[in-house]
Amino acid sequence: MAEHALSSPVHPSSHARNALQRFLSATEVDTRLLGMIGALAIIWVGFNIFSGGLFLTPRNLWNLSVQTASVAVMVTGMVLVIVTRNIDLSVGSILGLVGMVMGVMQTSFFPVQLGLGLGHPLIWVLSLAVGLAVGTGIGALQGVIIAYLRVPAFIVTLGGYLVWRGAAWWVTAGRTVAPMDSTFQLMGGGPGGSVGAFWSWVVGILACVAIVVGLLLGRRQRQRFKFPQRPVWAEVVLGVLGCGATIGAVLIANAYPWPTRIAANFAEANGLDVPEGGLFISHGIAIPVLMAIGVGVVMTFLATRTRFGRYVYAMGGNPEAAELAGINTRWVTVKIFMLMGALCAIAAAISTARLNAATNALGTLDELYVIAAAVIGGTSLAGGVGTIAGALLGAVVMQSLQSGMVLMGLDSPLQSIVVGIVLVFAVWLDTLYRRNKY
Amino acid sequence: MLDTSTPLVEMTDISISFGGIRAVDQASITLHKGEVVGLLGHNGAGKSTLIKILSGAYKRDTGDIRIDGAPATINNPRDAKGYGIETIYQQLAVADNVDAAANLFLGREMVTPLGTLDDAAMESKAREVMGRLNPNFRRFKEPVKALSGGQRQSVAIARAILFNARILIMDEPTAALGPQETAQVGDLIKQLKSEGIGIFLISHDIHDVFDLADRVVVMKNGQVVGEAKTTDVTKDEVLGMIILGKVPPGATPGPGAIRE
Repeated sequence: MAEHALSSPVHPSSHARNALQRFLSATEVDTRLLGMIGALAIIWVGFNIFSGGLFLTPRNLWNLSVQTASVAVMVTGMVLVIVTRNIDLSVGSILGLVGMVMGVMQTSFFPVQLGLGLGHPLIWVLSLAVGLAVGTGIGALQGVIIAYLRVPAFIVTLGGYLVWRGAAWWVTAGRTVAPMDSTFQLMGGGPGGSVGAFWSWVVGILACVAIVVGLLLGRRQRQRFKFPQRPVWAEVVLGVLGCGATIGAVLIANAYPWPTRIAANFAEANGLDVPEGGLFISHGIAIPVLMAIGVGVVMTFLATRTRFGRYVYAMGGNPEAAELAGINTRWVTVKIFMLMGALCAIAAAISTARLNAATNALGTLDELYVIAAAVIGGTSLAGGVGTIAGALLGAVVMQSLQSGMVLMGLDSPLQSIVVGIVLVFAVWLDTLYRRNKY
Repeated sequence: MLDTSTPLVEMTDISISFGGIRAVDQASITLHKGEVVGLLGHNGAGKSTLIKILSGAYKRDTGDIRIDGAPATINNPRDAKGYGIETIYQQLAVADNVDAAANLFLGREMVTPLGTLDDAAMESKAREVMGRLNPNFRRFKEPVKALSGGQRQSVAIARAILFNARILIMDEPTAALGPQETAQVGDLIKQLKSEGIGIFLISHDIHDVFDLADRVVVMKNGQVVGEAKTTDVTKDEVLGMIILGKVPPGATPGPGAIRE
């Protein structure tokens, strides 16, 4: 032991017994996350076989990404809620209410009452701002009741589940609001709501640069404090895998062309010649997917790089210790619920834009999908444990199950049964994993 | 021979009730610079409750707290830390799910110029402090949950001394430790004392405290039985105070003393 302290620090991977252990230890990857990626791969390949090759197509994967976006945005907030030993049952209802409010804002309040006129370029951003304000406000109200009045989160948000769903009805007395503002609609995806091949490449290359720079910065930081370094080959493997996955995703998004008719209309409108076999215009990455990824990055940053995130996890691990350490735990709780409300508003924008309508049933049952995605993604209801990346993966797993079963032509009652069983099974596996780890 | 300088801490006539039970009843206690005061008593004697009032975990019903002779307002743990009061709790108040560095700096994280957490700097500082305290400690990347009781306790102690405490409260600091680690904590207490820090040691076991303390204060049923310099009384006499509430000739009786 003594020579360890004196000589330059040694990375733990040099003590590993076999090749797999050495690989896992050297790359410092989260084995749990790796297991989830493996499970997702099995699900995808399985569905591809059983649906006769329909699952692993650019078209289906692109649709899958868009369908996941709304739940993915909300699950990043739900992780923080559950990590602090709370729960939010009201997210689907908040989504419904905020969607209605934004619908009314862009179809009547701003264009008619304020006289901006339909199609004004500011309408989408003003509507979104109002939606964010309403969502954050609802979150703040619930958070204050939970943190300062000490009513359990389960009860407050169960009440909220009923109240906000009812309130969504009151906004227009139950009428559906449609169509949405044309710019606002871009947040829902579709041919117009995707960034196209060129910008998809720009996004992909920026992401690759970020991965490489991140690895280099991490290395320099460890050097500065003389911490053990990962072996160089492990860094290269991580970089290649990360960039490879990013480029693969861009290739898939770009391989899905616009539907022929829309492409033909576009060609006609822009005076382009339609070549033999139709015009190939790539969708590229959909805007709601970019929004979800952006939210994921920001939330990961919040959770891991800021005091706020540190406090969230400490409160989940030992609320008394956090309080005694001088953390204002009540205010942190309020902030978590405000964040959750704001994320519901973003999800509401994606959902209403995608449907091109706001209905008072929008987001029904979403709270259960969001909670299930967080839990499948490794968030522990006992608190203190959970990652944003894991929860996002959980959302993809949930949506893959849904979409795969639709492709296989399973009846919808059977779909619910499968999703329910998978949820319980996943949590059981996770329990086993954790029991073996500590 | 009583120390006549202004006490570092002076708690006077402190009372607190929980649902009709007087957990602490008119208790008074003082602490000077560089002094170690052992606070003794059975489980439920009120010693932890009294000290939690000083550390801000509980709010007193009546009584005064003076720090350096000036009245102090302590309503929560943050206020207490503002006065340089650091506490190491009996039930190992660490967050199990985060690593040692995160626990050491909990509530007072080091940040980069951009305002983000500077984990590398915190880990580096944690390695330095833990190296002084427990040279065998090297599991910095793991959640505290994975550590032994003694290692967790060294994290808790490192946490308290990291921020230059002036007043240190240790509630059963060695209860979860083995003999070697207990000896280490003893050495550490002497070192901190020589740096002029005032220390309250709370224990129900006289052996933990008697050799380290300059003075002992004994509580029973929420009241102070009496106090004595450890040079003026024997361990058996202090035991008599703890068990029977009987005050020996070398001690000063308090409100809870049995009058014979």
